[in-house]
Amino acid sequence: MKARIKFRKYGVMKFIGHLDVMRYFQKAMRRAEIPIAFTQGFSPHMIMSFANPLGVGLTSDGEYFDIELTGPVASKEAVRRLNEVMAEGMEVVSFVQIPEEKKATGMAIIEAADYLALPKDETEEVTKEDIQNFLSQEEILVVKQTKKSEKEVNIRPWILEMEKQGASIFMKVCAGSSTNLKPELVMSALLKQTGSNLDAEADYRYHRLENYARKNEALVPLDALGTEIV
Amino acid sequence: MRKLALSDEILLKIEKPARYIGNEINSVMKDKSQVDIRFAMCFPDVYEIGESHLGMKILYDMFNRRDDTWCERVYSPWTDLDRIMREEHIPMFALESQDPVREFDFLGITIQYEMCYTNILQVLDLSGIPLFSKDRTEEDPIVIGGGPCAVNPEPLADFFDLFYIGEGETVYDELLDAYKENKKKNGTRKEFLEMAAEIEGIYVPQFYDAEYHEDGTLKSFEPNNPHAKRTIKKQVVMDLSAVPYPTKPVVPFIKVTQDRVVLEIQRGCIRGCRFCQAGMIYRPTREKDLETLKQYAYEMLKNTGHEEISLSSLSSSDYSQLKELVTFLIEEFKGKGINISLPSLRIDSFSLDVMGKVQDIKKSSLTFAPEAGSQRMRNVINKGLTEEMILDGASKAFEGGWNKVKLYFMLGLPGETEEDMKEIPRLADRVARKYYEIPKDQRNGKCQITFSTSFFIPKPFTPFQWAEMFTQEDYIHRAHVVNQEMKEQLNRKSLKYNWHEADVTVLEGVFARGDRRTGKVLLEAYRLGCLYDSWSDEFDNEKWMQAFDNTGVDLEFYTMRKRDLDELFPWDFIDVGVSKSFLKREWERAMKGEVTPNCRERCSACGAMCYQGGVCFEGKN
Repeated sequence: MKARIKFRKYGVMKFIGHLDVMRYFQKAMRRAEIPIAFTQGFSPHMIMSFANPLGVGLTSDGEYFDIELTGPVASKEAVRRLNEVMAEGMEVVSFVQIPEEKKATGMAIIEAADYLALPKDETEEVTKEDIQNFLSQEEILVVKQTKKSEKEVNIRPWILEMEKQGASIFMKVCAGSSTNLKPELVMSALLKQTGSNLDAEADYRYHRLENYARKNEALVPLDALGTEIV
Repeated sequence: MRKLALSDEILLKIEKPARYIGNEINSVMKDKSQVDIRFAMCFPDVYEIGESHLGMKILYDMFNRRDDTWCERVYSPWTDLDRIMREEHIPMFALESQDPVREFDFLGITIQYEMCYTNILQVLDLSGIPLFSKDRTEEDPIVIGGGPCAVNPEPLADFFDLFYIGEGETVYDELLDAYKENKKKNGTRKEFLEMAAEIEGIYVPQFYDAEYHEDGTLKSFEPNNPHAKRTIKKQVVMDLSAVPYPTKPVVPFIKVTQDRVVLEIQRGCIRGCRFCQAGMIYRPTREKDLETLKQYAYEMLKNTGHEEISLSSLSSSDYSQLKELVTFLIEEFKGKGINISLPSLRIDSFSLDVMGKVQDIKKSSLTFAPEAGSQRMRNVINKGLTEEMILDGASKAFEGGWNKVKLYFMLGLPGETEEDMKEIPRLADRVARKYYEIPKDQRNGKCQITFSTSFFIPKPFTPFQWAEMFTQEDYIHRAHVVNQEMKEQLNRKSLKYNWHEADVTVLEGVFARGDRRTGKVLLEAYRLGCLYDSWSDEFDNEKWMQAFDNTGVDLEFYTMRKRDLDELFPWDFIDVGVSKSFLKREWERAMKGEVTPNCRERCSACGAMCYQGGVCFEGKN
């Protein structure tokens, strides 16, 4: 039986990198006595796969990982037990059963993610018009650094939605293993266009709101693909 | 939500920000307005090292059991953050509250090795606490040191207000109560130090004066305050099973050196190796009760979620119920995906059997610590391990499927001859020969014998405390003799030799047996920029040599001199239980190559019996 866990990461936990978050949850599973399955072999490890790792410095309301269970545990009970052993800044939001097929898990199903870019200092604001002008372009060319080279790519098709929400900027962008657009890259292109002096890395912090998969043409949060275990 | 001492900008540009944010599972948060005593407990090295240390965990847990005390952790900031803190004048802070250390009542520093001494000055300096005890005011925390290096606290005497000599579980409550009492009646810092000086095991360095002979050796060491005791008695817990143990240790977010549950099974060692300080200063050997340990194993795995458990002690094979304990751990936890990490065990059929159960034989290696290559030298150091035992153990292991062996040796032992050095690679070769005695079709390729040497450093309270050291060049020469001889061996292609650097050895030797005058070298080295000296990438020998030059302290006085049997040592005012006359007897026996039996074979009247328990009274109740 497979389960999907949704969690929030906030406060000082944003300084904990992805590999350490994995280690953290492995230990949390044991503390909460969740009946998790192990791989076979001489040094067994927990069957656990994370979707769309979050970078250091970012907070999130919608992080996910999937596990394999050896026995049943009710959703409510699992959420309660996990939250009893969480550090401040980590909160388990849901625990649902997901289909058994292999391709239902992990990074492969991620299609999009929502982010907020929050200005650290609100004096110099990006306006609604700035965003409209930005989105009205057919092409937004940015230099994307890969491990081997730099290449110019058009990110416009990957920005699905973008708008002002108070002082912050909301965006829904493509995410996952085929196309993964980082919110910092979008902001840096936007600031360049507006001629702002602000720096996308230094003057904004980023918060992920949700990760989405596609279901019948619509984007749905990852845990909407699962069902509550009672 | 807590406010961090460091800004997001800083935390995102330094290595491993998780070292500095606290908030770990099982870290203890209290309301600072509701406690009387705030204790900052420091391990003067980087987080991953300090957070792995059992002694820190024991004291943290013990202090926090007191409702009136909040103990928090402090580690050395790594060099990247160190630079930023100096530039931006950010004071050293404790992990839990993130409050500046200078606001605390106590700064406790555990002193585990000599090469962390400059980091002690770093922590004081970054905290804004005057480096010298004499310059501190009523506003400064009481700076207290403890741990194995505190058995010769003299190189650090000027920098500490107090030293706690021995195991923390005995008189800390008394000390904290005295502090509270003094605070309540608005007593001064000096009044508290005088109260502390009367507590057994507590040493207040400023209440003593040292005088020296013309040749530089110590002439006298006398109290200058009526509250100060002439001798400081090392503190020892007699009922190890009855004292509190940290069953809810902090679980770090980042991978630390000891990322596992640690069960302490015993303290002390019955063996009496003559080079080994731990084997002397933790006497008498005391064991923890098996049922208590089983209970701790359950609780600690549940409270931490760790996937590995290990045992901690000196010479674990001597723990009388080891078989029962290890069998229990394997049967109870192996099936639950918990790794059992075994300590180095004497190689026999039992240890090979359990190792086969918990390790992948193809990947793991077996470790022997003969410490010396020749039987003559093993007798000198009283290492009760014969060549026959080593070769038998290796044979058994090879038959069991292992093909990797690690051997540990020391070079520069007292009276070492070239022949003794050459016996090191020869012994490694003889181990390899055992492997190739197995018929070819039954063995698993080549064997790999890795042997390493470290340089021997004489330590206080050991029979070798009188021994002379050698120059750096001489040490390197010794390593070359070993390396040359290795190349002559039949199975040289199966041997691999590693040796340690010699410059750190010499320095460690100075501070291990240093007196108060060596403190100024430390301070000068720190001022010249020395820090993290136990990290080979950070260590800068030139700066250290400059520090000796600048202060006019003669390095060789501390290392090259063979001490006279009647010399008064800087650490002689401490009574560790083991008597100086016993150590002298052992030193003389060593020179004659005479072996002394271990505590369970026959009592050698070392003096530790004065503690009225442990192995000294086994089977006598």
